[in-house]
Amino acid sequence: MSNTIEQIANQEYKYGFVTDIESDVAPPGLNEDIVRLISAKKDEPEWLLQWRLRSFRQWLTMKEPTWANVHYPPIDYQASRYYSAPKQKRALNSLDEVDPELRRTFEKLGISLEEQKRLSGVAVDAVFDSVSVATTFRVELAKLGIIFCSFSEAVREHPDLVRKYLGSVVPYTDNFFATLNSAVFSDGSFCYIPKGVRCPMELSTYFRINTAGTGQFERTLIIADEGAYVSYLEGCTAPMRDENQLHAAVVELVALDGATIKYSTVQNWYPGDKEGKGGIYNFVTKRGKAFKGSKISWTQVETGSAITWKYPSCILQGDDSVGEFYSVALTNNYQQADTGTKMIHIGKNTRSTIVSKGISAGHGQQTYRGAVKILKSAVDARNYSQCDSLLLGDKCGAHTFPYIEVRNPSARMEHEASTSKIGEDQLFYCQQRGISAEDAVSMIVNGFCREVFRELPMEFAVEAQKLLSVSLEGSVG
Amino acid sequence: MLEIKNLHAGIDGKEILHGLTLSVGTGEVHAIMGPNGSGKSTLANVLAGRPRYSVTAGSVTYEGKDLLSMPVEERAREGVFLAMQYPVEIPGVNNIYFLKAALNSVRKHRGEEELDALEFLQLARQKMKVVDLDEAFMNRAVNEGFSGGEKKRNEIFQMAVLDPKLAILDETDSGLDIDALRIVAGGVNALRSEKHSVLVITHYQRLLSYLIPDFVHVLANGRIVKSGGKELAEELEQKGYEWIEQEVAAGA
Ligand SMILES: Nc1ncnc2c1ncn2[C@@H]1O[C@H](COP(=O)(O)OP(=O)(O)O)[C@@H](O)[C@H]1O
Ligand SMILES: [Mg+2]
Repeated sequence: MSNTIEQIANQEYKYGFVTDIESDVAPPGLNEDIVRLISAKKDEPEWLLQWRLRSFRQWLTMKEPTWANVHYPPIDYQASRYYSAPKQKRALNSLDEVDPELRRTFEKLGISLEEQKRLSGVAVDAVFDSVSVATTFRVELAKLGIIFCSFSEAVREHPDLVRKYLGSVVPYTDNFFATLNSAVFSDGSFCYIPKGVRCPMELSTYFRINTAGTGQFERTLIIADEGAYVSYLEGCTAPMRDENQLHAAVVELVALDGATIKYSTVQNWYPGDKEGKGGIYNFVTKRGKAFKGSKISWTQVETGSAITWKYPSCILQGDDSVGEFYSVALTNNYQQADTGTKMIHIGKNTRSTIVSKGISAGHGQQTYRGAVKILKSAVDARNYSQCDSLLLGDKCGAHTFPYIEVRNPSARMEHEASTSKIGEDQLFYCQQRGISAEDAVSMIVNGFCREVFRELPMEFAVEAQKLLSVSLEGSVG
Repeated sequence: MLEIKNLHAGIDGKEILHGLTLSVGTGEVHAIMGPNGSGKSTLANVLAGRPRYSVTAGSVTYEGKDLLSMPVEERAREGVFLAMQYPVEIPGVNNIYFLKAALNSVRKHRGEEELDALEFLQLARQKMKVVDLDEAFMNRAVNEGFSGGEKKRNEIFQMAVLDPKLAILDETDSGLDIDALRIVAGGVNALRSEKHSVLVITHYQRLLSYLIPDFVHVLANGRIVKSGGKELAEELEQKGYEWIEQEVAAGA
């Protein structure tokens, strides 16, 4: 690569730096004026402002939930700032300026150099500029009528769609964190697949332009119109750091008649250090509504965050609709995770599958919390649930809370659960055959997670395997 | 090949071996016989470096190197193989995948090229015949749901693939019927050469009629109390272990 190109690329970045750095930050605290400010800054229509305000007033009446099996010091919601203009991070000149520990992790994950630069904010040269890649993708998608853009852009360009579906799956009154998000959400992703269109590529936030960081209060809305198909990828295996400790995102999926939405997540937010200091609190509300004959499938690999509170759920409203939840959650050191799903069967002949694999190491604490509700109207509903826990060492814990409510006698339910431990004997056996303890653990763990990894898009699955090994490092021996 | 000198070792702080001395030359097959509880498995596990077993005195030299200071996986990569008395189940891990990972880590250590899936499968198929295991087994999880005899044959199969310099068989024969016994002996005989040494630990003489040892040692109360040729095994079979214990008591 010639020096001139590099110089030009860096220069361009510098310009961007100068224009965007202008700080535009709200004072700390949360009140109606702040909500109005956020809406005004984004030039939002009146209806959206009113929706935010209703959410905020609702939130004032709500209490932070305490039922989850997670422990953390009280959060002072008035101490945070709820608006700061998207700011450009200081561009680094080369990877040498990146935290060496982060780089080692990148290498172990096998992330390419170009990708490493992008993720850690190093100015990239023109050829690999992800914005231009994203633009190409967007042109492709537009030809098929697929809309894939930031949430703010959708509010401007497709207000009718947003207005129709926003809050239709997760109402603004839903729960403390979702309601907070509804009042102050910053930005996020919007996606619409028209009738009968099969989205030809995995949609990933990675290829969405105008992304100004993921933000603390992200909002995602995906609508698959009748007979449409989309596979959506959220997050990436690279470790993600953020100065905001509290994250409360909302994701809403709408699968209209005969549509399929496959939503895959790899969540690797900063988990805190080995002593449990720092780390992201991740309180997410994810839910999909499935209409007649449609299918919603959630697959998640959760390795990050100090606290994870997350229950991707399906409302199986239409007859013959299908809901799936495949999850791998790993807690190491002092991480805590309370995660699971809710499957609400309303339509006739609805089916749901739950496969949850929890891995705890170090002092990690993990809870599976799942609810299956078969309403009276759900004739011939079926559910299969499987929750397995794997423990490494004896200081960690696994807990399972399955709630089952059946109001229709024709329902068929199957539930399996297991808890196992990677024992000294298993490790010795592997080592005696020449396999290192760390490779042995990752082999056993990957074997344990196989049924979930199978559901991930191929490349993602390979990355997820590596991610688990990296996340477990230091948990043996 | 292997020099054990005045080895004092035990488990969980309890001394089981009280000064064991044994020398195994390259290409030799040694049988170690002894009553239950005499410390046979302790010896095997100490040589392999199993956690919870600790050495309090003595030395073990393997190919001129201090075996006891090597980590478990390094001993394995240097060619020490232990066919365990109670092979461990590893759910979710495919048998063939496991063995490929093992072989490749050994090969890597030796500076040899790693085998790809196809090359490995060829080798595995060839070795499978030796132990009469069919391919369906290879795609199951390591030892999971295997019968006792299948687990033992799987140990011998792994041994055949890994081609160790020193194979230690801890009661691989116990609980096997005659057919399985022949298969196990066949596997060991196939390994036999001037480059491989074998330490066969057994309670019964049975296996030794298919697997003729060069030397036989009797282990009692944590020491080798008698050594001899293959005829010692036959004598033990006829007279039982009490005979040895009496002889030792008289001599002491
Ligand atoms: N965890 C333990 N703590 C104390 N003693 C043990 C433990 N495990 C085994 N032993 C004892 O060590 C002795 C030797 O055992 P082992 O080497 O397995 O004998 P062998 O294989 O010859 O039957 C036995 O007396 C047994 O009871
Ligand atoms: Mg024994």
